[in-house]
Order: sequence, then structure tokens, then C-alpha cells
Amino acid sequence: MNTLAAILVQFFELLAALLLAPLLTGWVNQCRAWLQNKTAPPMMLPFRQYAKLLEKEAVLANNVSSLFRMAPYIIFACMALASMIVPTLSSSLMLAPAADAIALVGLFALARIFIALAGMDIGTAFGSLGARREMLIGFLAEPALLMVFFTASLISKSTSLSTMVEALGQRGFIVYPSLAFAGVAFTMVALAENARIPVDNPTTHLELTMIHEAMILEYSGRHLALIECAVALKLYVYFCLGVALFVPWGIPEGADLLNLLQALPLLLLKLAVGGFLLALIETISAKMRVFRAPEFLGTAFMLAVLGMLVHLLLETGK
Amino acid sequence: MSNLLSLDWALVLIVSWLVIGVAGLLLSHRFFLISRVLFPLGAIVGLALACVAFGALGNAAEEAVLPLGLPDLPFHVRLDSLSAVFLLLLGGAAAGISIYCAGYFRKGEGAAPGLQCMLYHVFLASMAMVLLADDAYAFMVAWETMALSSFFLVTTDHLIPEIRRAGYLYLLIAHVGAICILLCFGVLHGGSEANSNLTQVSNYANYTFTHMRAQQHNTLWASAAFFLALFGFGAKAGLLPLHVWLPEAHPAAPSPVSAMMSGVMLKTAIYGMLRVSFDLLYTQLWWWGVIVLSLGLASALFGVVFSAVQNDMKRLLAYSSIENIGLLFVGIGLALTFKSFGMMTLAALALTAVLYHCLNHAAFKSLLFLCTGSVLHATGSRNLGKLGGLIHQMPWVAWLALLGAISSAGLPPLNGFVSEWLLLQAFLFTPGLPHAYINMLVPVAAAAVALTAALAGFVMVKFFGVVFLGRPREESLSQAHDASLLERIGLSWLGAICVVLGLFPVYVIEKIDNVTRLLLGAGLYEANEMYSTAETAARASNWLMLTPIHPDRASYMPVVFLLGILVIVAIVFLLVRNLWHNKERVSGAWDCGFPLQTARMQDTAEGFSQPLRQVFEPFYRLQSDIPTSFDKSPRYRVIVEDHFWYWIYLPIGRTADFGAKLVAFLQQGRISVYLLYSFITLVILLFLIRG
Repeated sequence: MNTLAAILVQFFELLAALLLAPLLTGWVNQCRAWLQNKTAPPMMLPFRQYAKLLEKEAVLANNVSSLFRMAPYIIFACMALASMIVPTLSSSLMLAPAADAIALVGLFALARIFIALAGMDIGTAFGSLGARREMLIGFLAEPALLMVFFTASLISKSTSLSTMVEALGQRGFIVYPSLAFAGVAFTMVALAENARIPVDNPTTHLELTMIHEAMILEYSGRHLALIECAVALKLYVYFCLGVALFVPWGIPEGADLLNLLQALPLLLLKLAVGGFLLALIETISAKMRVFRAPEFLGTAFMLAVLGMLVHLLLETGK
Repeated sequence: MSNLLSLDWALVLIVSWLVIGVAGLLLSHRFFLISRVLFPLGAIVGLALACVAFGALGNAAEEAVLPLGLPDLPFHVRLDSLSAVFLLLLGGAAAGISIYCAGYFRKGEGAAPGLQCMLYHVFLASMAMVLLADDAYAFMVAWETMALSSFFLVTTDHLIPEIRRAGYLYLLIAHVGAICILLCFGVLHGGSEANSNLTQVSNYANYTFTHMRAQQHNTLWASAAFFLALFGFGAKAGLLPLHVWLPEAHPAAPSPVSAMMSGVMLKTAIYGMLRVSFDLLYTQLWWWGVIVLSLGLASALFGVVFSAVQNDMKRLLAYSSIENIGLLFVGIGLALTFKSFGMMTLAALALTAVLYHCLNHAAFKSLLFLCTGSVLHATGSRNLGKLGGLIHQMPWVAWLALLGAISSAGLPPLNGFVSEWLLLQAFLFTPGLPHAYINMLVPVAAAAVALTAALAGFVMVKFFGVVFLGRPREESLSQAHDASLLERIGLSWLGAICVVLGLFPVYVIEKIDNVTRLLLGAGLYEANEMYSTAETAARASNWLMLTPIHPDRASYMPVVFLLGILVIVAIVFLLVRNLWHNKERVSGAWDCGFPLQTARMQDTAEGFSQPLRQVFEPFYRLQSDIPTSFDKSPRYRVIVEDHFWYWIYLPIGRTADFGAKLVAFLQQGRISVYLLYSFITLVILLFLIRG
């Protein structure tokens, strides 16, 4: 009975992710339109986009390899697995022991490698441009994210995400200086990894300014639908990670369906506020030159390492 | 049968390698017999050695005295768990590489096949002997044989000047290292005279490791021994700043030899380091660990930053080996530091990470080198700029190279991730260190390790993407053919090892625990001061979940991870196909509507790494020739070189030349002058003896 409840909770978490992620993307687009004094697109637009793309047939280049065909499925599976591991609605998920924070970063890296390789597969100039830039962003973003997790793990004495959430949630409303550093670093990394201004413009049409879009230029139809959904899931997972690490109050500890349903409104509120803040950051910043991105991410990396050092200096009892 | 020890079996297998080698020498030009019979036999011997070593893990140490060597100086050999785990590595890698060799060597190429066969099997046998040696004499003889046989293997194509030069540099640095190792053994053996426990048989017994273990040196001599060992074994392993031979020797050697050197020979240096620092030295000091950690970090960062800008496949992999050796030394340094503070469980964690990474690196680096061998055979080119699109012509090699590349990048669910995970866990457990400054060094070190791992991902995307994906950059690539059956077997064997090491880490760590128990007295799956026997047994029996310390602290379930991804892929594929459709249409590439697409428009290797070259510019010594917009015939040339060569090696070389010139005045060339020298020496000696 316990196992069945656990499976249900896990399934519910995945369902929530699949439904809320496109909504979150739609909400961010709406907020951005409001801030820029434009008419907002409907919040359900991402769902309609996926339905439209799934109807279309996939057009593939003639020198395509099986890696290109498999990559959208693998990337989607990685993001779906990530959404099942991150403690969003409960901190004792069934799949949580399968991957701790380091494995979660590894999961993101696996998805990034596959999308970069898929970009290089056809052999066009833009695909390799996208792959090269994505790896340039990724090589600093991944360690910065890892350092943010390490800071949180030094506080909670564990790299398991569930333990982190429980430990951080139980401490009350204390502000940890190390977590403040880590929070700034996490925001910068999240902007870079999810292809947001100031690192990459998600709505650009100019290929030479693209990073993420350039890698998926050759995809169409159901493959593109899967990749777009995976991108939305990635943004959702990053939001949930931010919530879990920095505003964890309200995430229930048990695997009880009733607790989950009670936690859902609080999660929606946090996501709404977070989405608005993201749209605000995107509106008030400008996209930076690609070669400034390593400086930006290097700053995030340094801040995260500083967070760890601050913890060791100020927050341990020695 | 049952009264033959594992050690005896191991020695029999080593002798059979030597016999195969001699048989190859005698059959010197019978190509078919050598490649289809002798090399597969060598592979079977390797497999048998791996099984023997696997069985010996966890047993008590077995010793023997061989009647070889000089009259009063016999060889001592010993098989304990530390030797066993490295023999397992050697046997497993040798099995795959030998089978690959059987399909790789082509008729009419290079040196006589019989000579190659003999050198290769002598190389294998000498490495096994290094791992089994229990005294300084046997160790040094085996070490030298290993260096010499690998030198001759590296200079197989000795008619090419670059290859001769690379071999000379390799031999030079190997011998500088060997001198230091010999001096280290000298320091270790000369201990205090007041060891009344030792039987006074003869002074010659002092050269055994057993004697060295019993010595208790004071800080000065122990540190001298340790740093001599670090220098000597670091020279063989390719630690900064003694790494310059690696990027020259590995590309110069034939691919199976590069795989063997990179996968196994570098690990014998790690074995030597572990043997001297944890087993032979009586005590460890914390600042040794910090120095080793720093050197390891420097090597790791240096290696990965340089491998990102290489255009030669094998040089890229050679620098990547430097990076992995750096990570191994980081783990060793961490283990030393923990041990010196008495934190045995954490030292066991760090040491487990080191040993696991040795096994992983042997598997994936050999796999990658052998794949480059197949590509070289099929296309005739090592230069990344002349390859591309090979996934269509060589699917087996491409998919196995992808497996190797993902392992090398340290991504779950394969094996590279497990050892990286264990190492990072060892770092994160550190706030208990007594020294505040070391405590703060540790997060910085963890950050550097994470950066190295991310850059390794960059390197592997560049390697795999430029070689196998995209369009062919040369016309001749359409003639490329896939690997032959024997080559495929060798590659698949190594790929399967990568997958098994990645998915079943609990079994492997239980075996490695035998080694950490031997060296440190603590294991990960052993009851210790933190967790009771029952809890530890529960952790050990759950083969699905890897929890080195406790499930609340950290856990990783690779099988669930992989199954999760595969199940979701399957479900999504079926859902999309059945609820919508599976239609597709093949057409030209979209490329944003540009009508003209050629293979030259995709990234070259230099192009792919140009952002990184710009970011890490201070690390390199760059000579660049960049054209301006007004050049009538623009030329682009960028050469990346190593600063260490110009700052350290060339000055040393010039000093040695200068010193030699100063002494050269003694060489007058006339026999009367030399007789005068002998006369003067005789007079001086007579005077001294009289006095």
C-alpha cells in the first residue's frame, strides 16, 4: 500500500511537471509582454504550439544519423527524470535516492552533450556554431551549479536533495550568508542554462546571435515538439530547484497525496512570483556579447565558491 | 591444483606471455600465425590473469622467492590485494587490446610482426612483474624492462624523425624518473640500525619491501623518500611538470601501444605511488597530501585546457590522460591528508575513488585510443580537420567511441561518473579537518575538480562531433570502412567493461574495500566509528544503490537512472507514434535557407575550440598568423605550445649542453693524453691510499 502511494505520488509529480512547465513558460511570456506594454499571448500558447508541431511531419536532412533521431527523446527523458527527482511537491519521492545533487547536474550535462552532438550532426555552419557556444556556456555553468549545490550540502551535511530540502526547511526563516551568495550565483546560472537574456535571447530570429536555437535549427515536427517541451521542463526544474534550495518552506515531508494537494497552491504562488521576477530581469537587461558570457558565468562560479568559503568561515561552529 | 597459490598461477601466466613473445620472434615474418594465433592467445592469457587477480582480492598476501636475479640477490614476489586490483586492470585491458591487435596489424606495414609481438608481450609481462615485485631489485629490473620495451614499441616507425625524437624524450624522462625511484628505495632501505627484530641473516636482505616496511624513518628521510617517489613515479605517470613526454610519445606510437601505455602503464606508476606512500612508508604527513593535491589539480587543469585546443586526435587523448592522472593524484593527496589526521573512513573513500578511477580510465581511455586506431586505419589521417561524418561509414567504431566519450566526460550512468562522484563526496565530507587552512583549500579544490570535469565534456564533444558527425571534410573519406571482426570484439569488450563498471558499482567497491582495508585498515562497507555493522551490511547488500557513507548523506542508483531514461524514451516514442504519427520526409538540410552548403562550412577543430582558446589564452604559448581583410592571399596559422617546454626543459637542455662543452676539453683525441690521464689518476689514488 505504501509502495502504491509512493508510485502515485511520483506519477503525480511528473504530471504536475508536464502540465505546469508549459504554463510557466506561457506565464513568463505574458509577464514580459505586460512589462513591455504589449498585448500578451495567451498562457496556453505553448500547449497549442506543441500540438501543432506534433501534427506536422518531421523533415530530416539526407545525411542525418540515428543520433539526430534519438536525441530529442533522450533529452526529453533526461528532463522528465530530473522533474521526477527534484523535490517539488514532496521531499520523500520514490526516485529521490536514485540521484543526488551531483547526479542531477550530471543529468543536465548528459542532455547538453546530446543536444550539442545533435547540433553538429547535419554538418551545417549554424549547428556547429550553436554546439560550440553551448559548450562554452556549459563548461562554466555546470561547475557553478555544482558549487551552489555544494554550498547547500555543506549546510545540510548531505548531497541528497531530499535531505537538503528537509534540513533547509526546518531551520526557520534564518538567512544564511552563504546561501545568499549561492542564490545570486544560482540565478546567474539559471539564466545562462535556460537560454535567457542576458546570455541568450530565446526569441531571436538572427542566427548569428543564437546559442540554443542554433543547435535545434534542423529539427521539425514531433522532434521539435519534444525539444521545446524539454526546454520548458528544464526551466520548470530550475525554478523548482531554486524553490527547494532557497524558499523551501511549505514542501511537505511525507508522501501523502493529501499533503501534496495542499502544497500545490503554495508552489503555484512561488512559481508565479518567480516567473514575474524572471520576466523583470529579462526586460531590464540586454543580451551580452557571446564572449562576455564566460565572464558572467565566471562571476557566478566565484560567487558560489565564495559562498562555500563563507560557510566554512562563518557558519561552522569551530 | 588446489595447492597452487594464485601467485603461482600469475607467474605461470606471465611466463606464458614471455613464451608467446619468443614464439613471435622465432616466427618473425609469418604474419597470419602471429596475428591470428599468437595475439589472441595473449588475450586469453590476459583474461586468465584478470580472473586469477579477481580471485586473489581479499585473500591474504602470498609471497615467493624466485631463483632469478644474481646469486645472493633473488627476486621476491608478492601478491596482495593492492597488486591484485592492478593485475585485474592489466589483465582486463590486455585482453581487449590484444584481441584488437590481432585485427589491427596489417601485412607489410612497419616493422617485422614477430618483433612487434615479442616487444608487446615482453611489455605486458614486465608490467605484471612490476605489480608483483616485492623487493627493490626485482622492481627496478621490471621497471626498466617496461621502459625499454615500450620505447621500442613507441619507435616502431623509427624512420620518421618526429617519432625518433618523441621516443628519445620518453626514454630520457623515464630514466630520470627511474633514478629517482632507485634513490627512493635507497632511502627507504637505509633505516635506523637499531632494528633488533630483524634476523641478522645478511645485509642483502635489506632490499626487500618487507624490510622497508619495518623501518621507521624520521621526518626528514621519510619526506625525502616520499618526494623522490613522487618525482619518479610522477615522471612515469605524466604529472606536471614532468608531462612533456606524454603528448609526444602517445601519438607517435601505434594505437594499440598508445592504448596500453595510457590505459595500463600510467597506472603502474600510480601503483608504485600507492605502494610507497601507504605501504612502505611508516607514517604520512598532512603537508605531503596537500602538495600532491596541488600538483594533481594543476596537472588536471593543464591537461584538460590543452586537450581542448588540439587538432590531432591522439594528442587530444594524450592530454586528456594527463588530466585523469592529475585527478588520480588529487585523490591520493586527499587520502594522504585524511590518513595523516587519522580519519580512516574518509581516507578509504578517497582511496576507493582513486582505485575506481584507475579501473575506469583503463577501460575508457583504451577504448578511445583503439577507436582512433580504427579511424586512422580507415582514413589514413589523425588530423581532426580532415575527418568528419564517419558515423555513416563506421557505425561500430562510432557508437563505441560515443560510449567511451560519454564515460570520459564523466556522465551518468556510465563509469566515469561513479569515480568522479566518489571523489566529490570525499571532498564534501571535509569540514571535519583540524587545520582551518586545509579546510578552506578543500572547497576550492572541489571547484577545480568540477571545472575539470566540465571541460572534459567540452573535449569529448569536440572529439566525437568533429570526427564522427557532420559532413566528411575530405573526398577520400567515402572509402572509409568499418573495423574488422577482431577489432570489434576488442572494442566491445572494453565498452562492456565501461557499462558494467558504471551500472554495478557496489560489487566493484566491495572488492576494492579489500585493498583499502589492507592499506588503511578501514573500508567503505565495513563497520566503523560512524555506523554499526547492521547498517553497513544493509548498505552492502543493496546492489542497486551506491551509498558510500549513508543513504541520507548521498545515494546514487545507476540502474534505476538508466532504466528511468530508457522507459521514458520508450513510452514517449510509443505515445507519439500512436497518438499522432511517425511520418517523416527526407530533404536537403534547412541551414536557414542558404542554398550553397559545403563541408568546409562546418566547424574545423581549431574553430570549435577557438572560444576556449580565447578564454584560456594566458595558459598557452601561442604563435598566430591571422590574416587582415586586405590580404590578397590570406593565411591562417595558430600554433599552440607548452610553456613548460620553453621555461624548464630548454633551459635545462642548454645548461647540460653548456656543461658538456666545458668538460669537452678533456677529449683531446690523442692516446698520449688519455694515457697521461690514467697515469695522473693512478698517482693520486696511490697518494690517497698511502695517506
